[in-house]
Amino acid sequence: MGTIVFFIFAILSIAAAWGVVTSKNIVHSALYLALSFSGVAVLYVLLNADFLAAVQLLIYTGAVSIMVVFAVMLTLRGEVYESNPENRSWGWGALVAASVFIAIALVVLGNADWRVLPTPWTSGGSAEDMSLLLLTKFMIPFEAAAVLLTIALAGAVILAKGVKESK
Amino acid sequence: MSLSNLGHLSVGLSTYLLVGAMLFSLGLYGVFSKRNIVAILMSIELMLNAVNINFVAFNRFIWNQKIDVHYVLTGHVAALFVIVVAAAEVAVGLALVITIYRNRQSANVDEFNWLKW
Repeated sequence: MGTIVFFIFAILSIAAAWGVVTSKNIVHSALYLALSFSGVAVLYVLLNADFLAAVQLLIYTGAVSIMVVFAVMLTLRGEVYESNPENRSWGWGALVAASVFIAIALVVLGNADWRVLPTPWTSGGSAEDMSLLLLTKFMIPFEAAAVLLTIALAGAVILAKGVKESK
Repeated sequence: MSLSNLGHLSVGLSTYLLVGAMLFSLGLYGVFSKRNIVAILMSIELMLNAVNINFVAFNRFIWNQKIDVHYVLTGHVAALFVIVVAAAEVAVGLALVITIYRNRQSANVDEFNWLKW
């Protein structure tokens, strides 16, 4: 059953990613992006990362997709039907992306160390288990991430709103 | 009582890595081929997601739980930091897009060439 669920949601997220990069309508691209993020959240559940699945749904599907939709709304000009065109060199881009995928696939399939099936997992993955790690071994990066988020918040507000000249 | 005890898992590590590689390549194609700058940011998010799948899959499959039980969720922590950085990146990136749009009345990267000399 886990295998069936895996293939359903892996194919769903890959097909949605295909829709993101091929859709002519950028609003459809943004909605496909939310679908792809949700499929990846199900893959996290299958990998015993329950907390990360919740974070993925909250931050990516909930926040990032909505921010992208707002940016689309604020920057749209002309007809929405042709709002997401390819540029002149999309053929080279397809070639490079296909070569990268073939290279990664050859490495992955050729490495015998990675041909492993799951062993029983006993180490959790809940918010409690991760907080123990985040507040002891990874405390400095955790605080740095907090500072980064604060600075990004202030920077985004200043960039989007502009600084008022004080005279 | 984890959610994932629903079924018996038998999908291996390489399958997850191939899913990650496929998402990464689609994001790479989007970065190379799109004209709208918001579409390029979306493709970058796809690539970051693919990297997260790889972190969690490696952590799930080839971590030896018997040897190093204190660091056993390191891949999850790395994925969490990637999510934090991606959230900050998308906030600042979209603010930049809106500012550029306000100055140039365009969201087309082909027209953003005023640093070219």
